[in-house]
Parts: sequence; C-alpha cells; structure tokens
Amino acid sequence: MAEGSIVAGVLAPHPPHLVYASNPPQNEPKAECGWEVLRWGYERCSKDILAQKPDVFLVHSPHWMTVIGHHFLGLPHFKGLSVDPIFPNLFRYHYELNVDVDLSLMIAEEAKDLGLTTRIMRNPDFRIDYGTITTCHLMNAAWDIPIVSISSNNSPYYFSNEVGQQQMAVLGEATRRAVEKSGKRAVLLASNSMSHRHFVTEPEIPEDMSHEHVYHHGQYLWDMELLKLMKAGKAREMLDILPEFIEMTVAEVKAGALTWMLHALGVPDYPAEVYAYGTVIGTGNAVVAWHHEQNRQEVAAHG
Amino acid sequence: MAESIVSRAFIVSGMPHILLGGDRSPGWKSLHDSYAQVRADLEACDADLILYFSTQWLSVIGYLFQANPKPTWTLVDQEWHELGSIPYEFAVDTEFAPFYAEEVKQAGHHTALVNYHGFPIDTGTVVAQKLLNPDNRLPAAMVSCNMYSEKNEMLTIGQAGARALAKAGKKAVVVLVSNLSNRFHVKEIDPAQDCFSSAKDHEWNLKILELLGEGRMEDVGQCARDAAREANGDMGFRGIWWLNGLLGQTNKFTGHVYDYQPVWGTGAALVRLDPAAPVLPLAHLELESESEVIEAATLHDPKLKAGATGVAGEPLSAQPAKPAAVSAAPPKLVVSAPPPKAKLTADLINTAKAPAPVGAYPHARREGDFLFLSGIGPREAGTKEIPGVTLDEDGNVIASDIVAQTQSVIRNVKTILEASGSSIDKVVDVQVFLTNMKRDFAAFNKVYAETFGDIGATRTTVEVLSLPTPIAVEFKVIAKV
Ligand SMILES: [Fe+2]
Repeated sequence: MAEGSIVAGVLAPHPPHLVYASNPPQNEPKAECGWEVLRWGYERCSKDILAQKPDVFLVHSPHWMTVIGHHFLGLPHFKGLSVDPIFPNLFRYHYELNVDVDLSLMIAEEAKDLGLTTRIMRNPDFRIDYGTITTCHLMNAAWDIPIVSISSNNSPYYFSNEVGQQQMAVLGEATRRAVEKSGKRAVLLASNSMSHRHFVTEPEIPEDMSHEHVYHHGQYLWDMELLKLMKAGKAREMLDILPEFIEMTVAEVKAGALTWMLHALGVPDYPAEVYAYGTVIGTGNAVVAWHHEQNRQEVAAHG
Repeated sequence: MAESIVSRAFIVSGMPHILLGGDRSPGWKSLHDSYAQVRADLEACDADLILYFSTQWLSVIGYLFQANPKPTWTLVDQEWHELGSIPYEFAVDTEFAPFYAEEVKQAGHHTALVNYHGFPIDTGTVVAQKLLNPDNRLPAAMVSCNMYSEKNEMLTIGQAGARALAKAGKKAVVVLVSNLSNRFHVKEIDPAQDCFSSAKDHEWNLKILELLGEGRMEDVGQCARDAAREANGDMGFRGIWWLNGLLGQTNKFTGHVYDYQPVWGTGAALVRLDPAAPVLPLAHLELESESEVIEAATLHDPKLKAGATGVAGEPLSAQPAKPAAVSAAPPKLVVSAPPPKAKLTADLINTAKAPAPVGAYPHARREGDFLFLSGIGPREAGTKEIPGVTLDEDGNVIASDIVAQTQSVIRNVKTILEASGSSIDKVVDVQVFLTNMKRDFAAFNKVYAETFGDIGATRTTVEVLSLPTPIAVEFKVIAKV
C-alpha cells in the first residue's frame, strides 16, 4: 500500500449564513442572496480541492466541545437535522454523511500513544454539530466523500491557551502519522473564523448586506496581519503571534483547529492561497488553503 | 394581599449522569433518589407553569424564548454520549413566552421566539424536566442564558420574568438549572470514585449551600461573583442573579438543601426555596444601588431613549449593527438626581453598572461629538469594594494591587462608555493619576497596553499625592461618541 498523504489543509470557517445564502435543498430557510465574496471564494476553493480527488475530509470544529479529551465519530453513517442554536432562523439543515471510521480509530490510537485522552462516539442518535456540517457542506455539497470528525477539547478555555495549543500540535502530529499509515489522501479542514467580536443584534432580513461590515478597524487590522503571514508562507510566525491575536480578537482559533491543521502539515513554509475574506455579523472569516501536495510536487520539480 | 407570582423555587443540577448513570456512582445515585423528593415537592405546588433557566442554554444575540408548543427530540449530550440517549417531549406554555419576550425587549435587549422543530434544548433543561416533570403535568417555559450578560443584566432579565408572570396572570414554579462549582475532571475516572475536583471549590459550595439553606437568596447573590471566581462557578453563577431578580432580591425564604454530591468533579446540588412572603414584581427596575433606580417611566420615554444613547437624530437603520448603540440601550442608562444647578438632561450620563459617583458629578457628559468622563477609579459598581485594595478594620490600606485596580478601572471605563453610546476603541485621550509612580508604573503600563495598545489614544500619566478614596489609580477619559 502506498503511503498516505495530506493533500491540503484549509482554513474553512462555518458561518451558517453562507449555507443559508446559497439555498441548498437540505436547508429549510430560504434566502435571496448574501455574503457573495465569501461564498464564491469558498466555491473556488472547493473546486480546486475536489479536483485533487481526496479520499477523506478531516474536520475539526469548535462547536463539538468536549472536556474529557478529544472525541471522534465512531459510526459509519449519520443522518439528522442540524439546527443552529444561535441562528435557528437561518440554519435548519438535513444532513446525511459517511464517516471513515477506520481512519478515525487510527488517529485516536496515534493520539493516545502520544499521551492524549481520546473517546470514540458510538451513539447512533448523536447529532453532528453545526460547525462540522456547515464546513463540510461548503467544501463538498455532494457529501460523497467520507469524513473524520474530531471534537474540540476545551483545555484552552479550561486551563490556558498555551496548554490547548500544545495539545493541538500533538493531535496534528498524530493525525499526520495516522494518515500516512492509512494509505489515504486526506484534506484537513480547520473550521474556525478569524476575529470574532460580533454585533449583538441581527437585521430583520439576515441577508441585508447594508448591515454587514467589520466590527471594528482594530479587528480588521489583526485579520490582515495574519492573512499577510499566511500569504507570505510564514505559518510559523503566524503561530507565534496567534496567542496575542486570540486575546485581542476573542478568536475562535483558540479552540485549536488551525493549530492542529498547521502542525499536521508540518508547519508549512510555502505561501497559502487566500480565496476570500469577508465578515459575517462583524466577525472576520477567511477561506485559505495550503496546497500541500502541489507544493511538494513543485519543490520536487524544481529541486 | 396580592397573589404571589412564584409558588416555589428550586436550584437543581442538570448533569445527565443523575438521569442516566444508574448505580455507577454512589453520588449520582444519591442525587437521582433525592430528585424524587424534589419532584414530589414540586408536584405539591399550586402553579400554572414551570419556568426554567439553564446555564447550559447559551445565547449570544440577546435572549431566546422557547415557543414551540411541543418540542420533541432524542437528545445525546456532546460530551456524555456514552451515557445514552434521552428522548423528550415538552408541553410548552406558548402563551407565556411572548409575555416574557416582550418584557425583555422593553428592557432593551434583542429577543427572539424559537419555534422550530429540532431546535436543540440543552441537556440541563432536559435532565431536569425528565426528573421533575416527565409527564408534562405542568407546561414549561424557557429563557436562554446570554453568555455575555453581567450581574445587572441578569437581575433585569429575572425582574422581566416577574413582570411577565404578573401581566400574564400566572404563577410559576421556578427552576434554575445550574451546578455550583463547575470544574470537571478532564481525564477518565472511575465513577465510583468520583470526588470534588478541588477542596477550595467544595468549601465555597458549602458556604453557598449554608446561605441557601437559610433562605438567604439575596446574600447568595451578593457573594456569587467572588464564589464564581474562586470556585469555578457554573457560567459565573449568573443563574443565581437571574433567580434573585425574579424572586425580588430578598432573603425572605425558607431554604432546604436536599442533596449535594460530586458529578465528574463538579458540585451538584438540589435546593428548594419557599417564599416567606408573596413574591411580587417590582414596580421599578431595581439594579445594584438604591440611588440608581431607573424610573419605569423613563424607559418608555422615546426622547430620552434616543438622546441618552447618543443616536438622537440618527434613525437606527443608519447604524444598524452598531454594538455600542445597541448595548447602550435605555434600561442600562440612569438619569440620577441631577447635580446642583444642572438641569436634568440626557447629556449627563450615569449608569448603574459603574460605581456610584462619590460627589455631585455625573459619570459622563456629552458635548457635541465628544464624551467627557469624570475621573474613574477601580471601585466595583454597587459595592464599597475596591478590587486590588485590602483594608484593615480602621480603613487603612494593608495591600494594594495595581494590576487588579487598573483592570477594574478599565472595566468601569468600558461600562460607562458603552452606556453612553460610545466604546473603548473610540477613546481619544486618557489622563492617568497614580499615587505611587515608582512602585506601580511598570505594572500599570502593562495592563494599560493590553486594552489600549491598538487604540492609539494619547496619554498623560502623572503622580498625585492622593485620590479621594484609598485607591492607587484613576483615569480621566475623553472619547468620541
Ligand atoms: Fe463558530
């Protein structure tokens, strides 16, 4: 069996608004339009990623929050209705998805070997969190590629950011090892927004874009700083300032998805591709891909 | 005598282990068995509905109210999925939900009724319902817990509940679903060996339970902030404030503690409070300090609303999502007794969320596009307490912590700015007064940078001999509105 590999890693946020605005048949509420820059950027990203024919998507979402270690979905099939607890008016999504249980168990095993606590979720009535659903839908609306869904251990909130980010680095390493052993071609999805201060009211028509803008300039500057580093291939430097970014913008990346993904990629030193940046109720959201496989092929060709 | 709006109140833990844990842990089992007595006492109540507030139903955009007449689902907890599934069906009092939402809206908060199949009802509420009211003997009402709410806001939401009950002509059994300390063991444990995750948490829990056992609800509210900070209170114990607001902020209860056990390290208790006098809604919104009572009439005066929030002349739609304007909604604003010779004007701003002024001056004054704040110290709103200052019995300072004091000053400044239609990022100039430059400057400067680092306000720091109260730091702030 050929060695498995990580095809790409994507910062793939989960504002339910993007699903709502694109009116898929699975979602009950209907919209007229909205958040086009982000949606179209996501579409281009999805097209580029799917063209590389991955075998599996690995998703880490901050909305499956767990205290006792890192949990993995451990049944092959889930079907249900996901209703966003904050925005039920615009996200009531009927999902049906397949899980790559073998790979899930392999990652959990590697993580355990590296000292992390893990649990396997085997309750068939379990409802998949809306972060995972939203990110997966936006990346692959056909749902024809299985996923590995990993919970977000809340030690960054419980203990400290540093403890949390260290754990995520270990989980990233475990993920890479397991993917290599599996022989599969995997795409990692870090389901996180960027700056996360947001407005506390909602316009009557959610997609009324005259209401949408950055929450404040300071937040925007922080987002731009991070994106600049990503584009420049400076993931290491970005991780270095991440704690400060989290503090200043109450960022969701605190939950660790981005750290996990970048460590699984070995902290890439090549430029990431930024597909889109935009705000959703004032929070900063970017769709950014690290095309890992392509980049390594390029290095091989030139080296 | 007017009829009480509350028959009885209960504080219960909503940990699913109590419902699903069986015999695995003696503590969980004990709570399960004690719940039967709670249920019996609840069923003995003369009431029209159960009003739930759970610290596990979190909202970030204002407040949500369950309005689905019959929410039905099979719940699996995100964390405790291996314990099993919980099928549920609630009968919801859909008549009461809009009453409550309206009162909260009147208090200046964003509200929404949720009536969607599949909307997730939180584990805590479901566990309590399954153990207390499984046959829907009483219809239920539920309000969300806003993650960002602070003490006064929680009191306000509780008081709004009381007014809603009175207006709807209903009597409730009130159930607060909350743990005491909420620190979990973060590794696998043997349930039979479950214990409190820290001795300090346990001590605080005992202290809280002693007060609750004596029916001293208001006193519990007073020390909830400290308890939450010291003992990992469940959502900062904010549920206690909600309950306090609803029950009229008194100590006039007979309390009873049924049980108290560890559940995966947390402090889980079952408590009953019987009103010793009828619980009635307050005529006015009452926040922390007597002198800062908002007259109910001012809340409904649209002129005052507009002027006081700093959006006069600007239709709200022009600044639709401006958080400062929204968070500075009227009920948080107080126009207190005017200083001598000053006329009562909405340009003078006081807020009950910041410490009461110690002289004849407002917290802030708006002139044109600028907002001038009076000197703001670290004292906590509604109390005589100064974070970072420890006094002996004679009022002499025995310890002074500049970090805590500076943080508290910044909190107070933020509160006043937001209540005035501005926000911290709009600060243009800060004058800082320190009473000991040599000792305190470096630490103060570090804390200052955390908030003001990217704001770019000008600053002048001077040392002064003393300040009016035993504090070591005071800010004088000018901001744009
Ligand atoms: Fe999120």
